[in-house]
Amino acid sequence: MTATNWQYAPAPESRDIVDLRSEYGLFIDGEFVEAQGGATFKTVNPATEEVLAAVSEAGAEDVDRAVAAARRAQTDVWGPMPGAERAKYLYRLARVIQERARELAVVETLDNGKPIKESRDVDVPTAAAHFFSYAGWADKLSHAGYGADPRPLGVAGQIIPWNFPLLMAAWKLAPALATGNTCVLKPAETTPLSALLLAEILQQIDLPPGVVNIVTGAGATGQALVDHAGVDKVAFTGSTSVGKQIQRALAGRPTRLTLELGGKAANIVFDDAPLDQAVEGIVNGIFFNQGHVCCAGSRLLVQESVLEPVMGHLKRRLGTLRVGDPLDKNTDLGAINSAEQLARITELTDSGVDQGAQRWQPECQLPDRGYWFAPTVFTGVSQSHRIAREEIFGPVLSVLTFRTPDEAVTKANNTPYGLSAGVWTDKGSRILWMAERLRAGVVWANTFNRFDPTSPFGGYKESGFGREGGRHGLGPYLAV
Amino acid sequence: MTTASAQRELLASDAALSRFLRGLPGVDQVGAEARAAALATRSIKRDAKLWALDRAIRMTDLTTLEGADTPGKVRALCAKAVRPDPTDDTVPPAAAVCVYPDMVAVAVEHTRGTPVQVASVATAFPSGRASLDVKLADTKDAVAAGADEIDMVIDRGAFLAGRYSAVADEIVATKQACGDAHLKVILETGELATLDNVRRASWLAILAGADFIKTSTGKIAPASTRPVVLVMLEAVRDAEEIIERKVGVKAAGGIRDAKDAIRYLVLVHEIAGPAWLTPELFRFGASSLLNDLLMQRDKQRTGAYAGPDYYTID
Repeated sequence: MTATNWQYAPAPESRDIVDLRSEYGLFIDGEFVEAQGGATFKTVNPATEEVLAAVSEAGAEDVDRAVAAARRAQTDVWGPMPGAERAKYLYRLARVIQERARELAVVETLDNGKPIKESRDVDVPTAAAHFFSYAGWADKLSHAGYGADPRPLGVAGQIIPWNFPLLMAAWKLAPALATGNTCVLKPAETTPLSALLLAEILQQIDLPPGVVNIVTGAGATGQALVDHAGVDKVAFTGSTSVGKQIQRALAGRPTRLTLELGGKAANIVFDDAPLDQAVEGIVNGIFFNQGHVCCAGSRLLVQESVLEPVMGHLKRRLGTLRVGDPLDKNTDLGAINSAEQLARITELTDSGVDQGAQRWQPECQLPDRGYWFAPTVFTGVSQSHRIAREEIFGPVLSVLTFRTPDEAVTKANNTPYGLSAGVWTDKGSRILWMAERLRAGVVWANTFNRFDPTSPFGGYKESGFGREGGRHGLGPYLAV
Repeated sequence: MTTASAQRELLASDAALSRFLRGLPGVDQVGAEARAAALATRSIKRDAKLWALDRAIRMTDLTTLEGADTPGKVRALCAKAVRPDPTDDTVPPAAAVCVYPDMVAVAVEHTRGTPVQVASVATAFPSGRASLDVKLADTKDAVAAGADEIDMVIDRGAFLAGRYSAVADEIVATKQACGDAHLKVILETGELATLDNVRRASWLAILAGADFIKTSTGKIAPASTRPVVLVMLEAVRDAEEIIERKVGVKAAGGIRDAKDAIRYLVLVHEIAGPAWLTPELFRFGASSLLNDLLMQRDKQRTGAYAGPDYYTID
């Protein structure tokens, strides 16, 4: 009896659970309101290019209204509220996120293009976990190592990216709210919908008006928020170039700033690594979320003596990656978030070919409509190639080799970034030796892209400053 | 190392075999478990599910290994294996019945002329604690009675003591005693404890000539688990490049429902590859699993569940 080609039947998650409105306003002072100028922009499903909704575009006056609402709420309600009471709201928020997890996951996948298995198993549960974790801190701030009675900063302006829209909202809101700050949050213009669904949840849990305000829009909206004199703290996650602009804009102002920016992480595989798990880690490192991950393991550093088996295993493994409909529960790699990002990925991969690296892609059928990019591996990459230097933010892996641990450290650190790194070896002492020397905010040992609300996350060098997560994540929102 | 001669060299020297097995890449348990868990989230629907259910039936070694086994019990098991659902002749037969050596003759008699194979455990199953002569006599006895397949146990004591050659020698000798019968080598992974050991024992059995490597006797907990089978599938996949033949894998014990069986098939599909999705290269050692496969098959075809009493208990 011969084996036949077992094709998994389509297993799409139902869209029916989501009731998307055709239009969304701004969420200011507890209500959805139109932008004063009446401007809107469209958000599309990157997997199909279907328009999902029209969303209000906040101008400077709208940002001003939002900041004023946040200020009132901070002064009158949220700031004076005992920590234990704030915690109740945060716990409630976490629970409702869990209750409405499927809905949030489907919206996230529709708007972002990421596979439903990731939004379902990573984004939404980790977002809930973040609120749960910080809810626990709200009444224990005196014991967090920031003095006897640490005070909030006031109003936080928070700007988040499109790669993990709900999760990044959680990373920003949870510590700010736990410490008694109020927030004006600006989601990315290509992925505003999960934040707006979150706004509906904030209404559902009766969060006092003005504690969280959500202003949708593009770069100009973000700039208006950064420029607003009423903002006491800016928290930004996004590209290094925008991060630099923000830091320049805030120079000379008392506004606090944390930046979580780009990365070009090294995923370092030694010759004694658990080979199959290392290959999984490589795949997870760069193809998780289509490589739209600031801490993605985009530079694979393999010890030269095991290059051949690692590449052999990796290529075979990539042949089993399932690329396609993000709503299908069996999809491993979804759509690129926007045409703009697709163009950037294409431009950088072309430069890889031009500069002499060898491009390899597994056979895979890409859908006709939408924004897609096949998983790509470059071998023969040198440190001087653009694909080894610049953040591609897509499913593109650059493979480099090293001969000794010293060389691995030197190459790994030879980047303007410093967000994360991975080390694969069976030798515990080598893990510690490497972790001491790698200039990266996170070093993963025999795993990659693992996130936990109790673990601080953040960068060195041009990957930014400040830490999110854990006890460390409270500091940037306290007047200490 | 590429050829049969290199393989013989490894088996000839205890030192060479030890070096080879200890030189295999390690298995990170956390990572292996995470991979098995991730593949368990595959959603197998409609036609793909129906195909998997039929395939799982064809891959089942219907098993009875009890002190209380009687000719009547074995006869009933054979009837079930040949015709799992008496009301539906589209249901394929099981792969084999698996019995103790003294029941082989009964099983042969009641499966004659059918595609159902007769498998017999041997080599002082389940503990394997007997002299090699006794184990070989046990094997020859089962083969003489007409067994198509022999499920032997390895000497776990020798393996855990690091006497790899002793384990390999027994497998080689048993393989010889099997003649034309296929040899499945039971690693008893529940006693090997670590995934590194599972990988080494898998390679050892493969190099010594196993046609199949099998997880468990079913007498030790845990029996088959998905991370263990994942590591065994990686071994047969990687070994093919060296020994130039495909070795099968049998997951035995603890697989009780169709959902679990399908998760195993996903592992086979995505780890070893589609070529392993055949009864010649993958088996389930189970008994109660078959009725759930039948029940889910009916559900898939008719949209409704029949009660458990519509499926025979043998």
